[in-house]
Amino acid sequence: MTEIATRQKVDLKKKYKKRSQMADIWIRLKRNRMAMIGLFILIILILTAVFADFIGDYEGKAIKINAKERLEGVSKEHYFGTDEYGRDIFTRIVFGTRTSLFVGTISVSIALTFGGILGSIAGYYGGKLDNTIMRILDVLLAIPTILLAITIVTALGPGLVNLMIAVGISNIPGFARVVRANVLGIKDQEFIEAAKAIGLRDHEIILRHVLPNCMAPIVVHSTLKVAGAIMATAGLSFIGLGVQPPRPEWGSMLSSGRAFIRDKVHVVLFPGLAIMVTILSLNLLGDGLRDALDPRMKQ
Amino acid sequence: MIKYILRRLMFLIPVVIAVTFVVFFIVSLSPGNIAAMIIGDGATKESIEQLTEEMGLNDPIIVQYGRYISKLVTGDMGKSYATGKDVSSEIASRFPNTLKLTILSIIISVGISIPIGVISATKQYSILDYVGMVLALIGISMPSFWFGLMLIIRFALKLGWFPSGGAEGWTSIILPAVTLGVASTASITRVARSSMLEVLPQDYIRTAKAKGVNKKDVIMTHALKNALIPTITIIGLEFGELLGGAILTETVFSWPGIGRLMVESINRKDIPMVLGTIIVFAVGFSIVNLIVDILYAYIDPRIKANYR
Repeated sequence: MTEIATRQKVDLKKKYKKRSQMADIWIRLKRNRMAMIGLFILIILILTAVFADFIGDYEGKAIKINAKERLEGVSKEHYFGTDEYGRDIFTRIVFGTRTSLFVGTISVSIALTFGGILGSIAGYYGGKLDNTIMRILDVLLAIPTILLAITIVTALGPGLVNLMIAVGISNIPGFARVVRANVLGIKDQEFIEAAKAIGLRDHEIILRHVLPNCMAPIVVHSTLKVAGAIMATAGLSFIGLGVQPPRPEWGSMLSSGRAFIRDKVHVVLFPGLAIMVTILSLNLLGDGLRDALDPRMKQ
Repeated sequence: MIKYILRRLMFLIPVVIAVTFVVFFIVSLSPGNIAAMIIGDGATKESIEQLTEEMGLNDPIIVQYGRYISKLVTGDMGKSYATGKDVSSEIASRFPNTLKLTILSIIISVGISIPIGVISATKQYSILDYVGMVLALIGISMPSFWFGLMLIIRFALKLGWFPSGGAEGWTSIILPAVTLGVASTASITRVARSSMLEVLPQDYIRTAKAKGVNKKDVIMTHALKNALIPTITIIGLEFGELLGGAILTETVFSWPGIGRLMVESINRKDIPMVLGTIIVFAVGFSIVNLIVDILYAYIDPRIKANYR
C-alpha cells in the first residue's frame, strides 16, 4: 500500500516535474527551424573566430602586403580573391569574424553591465532615484544610437578599444530600459516579499532573485543588440572612425575596396556578405528566442 | 488639438537643452590642443596660450556651454576651424539635401512596406507572405552602405541608368534614397504585418464582416486604421535610424548633405562644425519624435483626450 503510494508520488513528480524557464524556452526554440538555422550559422561563425589561426595565416596572408598579387580575382589560391595590397580576402574575412564578434560581444557586455545596474536600481527602488536615472537616460535615448556612438568616438578618437566603449555606452539606455521594465514586473511578487521577510539584503535580492527571473528578455535583447553593435562597428569603420588598418575588419575592407568597384566587384562583395550572414544569424536567433519566450507573440 | 501640440512643443525645449549639453560635453572631451591646431606649424607657447584664453577654452565647461547655447539661440554656431566659414550657413546650405533624401526614402519605404505588410497579414502563410518576410529579414540584415555599393555597381557602373554619386539632376537622388530606405522598409513591413495580424481576429472586425461590409473596406478602414499605431511608432523610430543611416549613405554616394559634412569635419577635427552637425541631427530626431506623438493623437482620440 505505502509502496504504491510512493511510486505514484514518484510518477507524479516525473510527470509534472517543473522544468526551468530556460529549459522551456529551449524546447520551444528547438521547434523553430529559422532560429535553429540562425544558431547553426552563429556557432560556425564563433568556431571560425576562435580557430581563425588554424584556418588562415594572419601575418602571411591577412596583413603582409604582396604587390605581385594585387586585385586578383577568385581562384583556387584565393577563394575570395585579393585586395589592393595583394592580401587574401578570404583570410581577412576569417580574421574579421574575430574582430566583429569580439567588438559586438564586448560592447554589449559593457552596455549590459551598466544598463543592468542602472535599470535594476531604478526599477527596484523606484521613486526619486528611478526618476533621476530614467530622465538622464531619456536624454541619451533622444540621440540616435549610431549618432551617439559617432559623438563618443569623435571625443575619444578612432580605434578598436574606443569603438567598443562608444558602441557600449550608446547602448546603455536601451538595456537600462529593458531591465527596469522587467524588474518592475517582478519586484512586487510574493517570493520577493518572502526574501525581504527573511532578511536578505537588497543587493542579494536583486542579484539572486530579481535578475535571474528577468534573464530571458535580457538574453533576447542582448542577442539582437550584438547584431546592432556589429552593424554599428562596420558602419563606423566604413567612415574611418572604427577599426584602423591594417587590422582586418569588414567595414574598413568595404571602405578601402570602394575605389576599385568599377571592375573588381569581389573586393566589396564578400566583406558585405560576411556582415549580412552574421547579422542575419543573430536576427534569426533573436527573433526565435523572442517567440520562444512569449508564445503569444508567435504568429 | 492646438493646445496639445503647444504642450508637446513646450516639452521639446528641455529635451533640446539637455541633448545639446550632452553632445557639447562629450565633444569637448576631445583630446588635443585646439588653439595649437588652428595656429598650425608656427605656433609658439605664448601664442597658443593667448588664443586658448581668447577662445575661452580655459573656462569651466558649463560656462563654455552657456556661451555656446546663448549664441545658438540666435542661430550662431561659431566658425569652422578648417575653412573659417560660418558653421550655421554651411549647415543651412547642406540641410535641404539631407531633408530631401530622408523624406524621399521614408516615402519609398512606407509606400512599399505598408501594402506588403497588409498583404502578408491577410494572406498569412501563403507564398506571398513567405517571400515578403524572407525579403524583410534580408533587408534588415544587410548593411545599407554595402547595399548602396551594390546598387552603384549594378545601376550606375554597369547599366549607367543613374549617376554613381553627387547631386546633379533628379536622377542622382534615386539610388541614395533607395539605399537609405531599404532597412526601414524591412522593419516597417514586419511591424505592419504583425499589428495587422493582431487586429484581424478582433471582435469588431468580425462584426464589420458580419454586417456585410465588403472585404476591401474591412481591411482598409476597420483593420488598417487600428493597426497604424504600432506602425507609426516604428516609422518614427525608423526615421531616427534613417538620420543615422544618412551619415553612411551620404558618404557612399558623395551626397552633399549634413551627414557627409559631419564625417568630413570629424576627419578634419573641425570641432564647431562637428558639434553643429551632431546637434542638428539630434534636434531633428527630437522633432520627428514630436511629430510622431502628434500623429498618435490624430489617429487615436483617446490620447488627445488625456491632455484636455
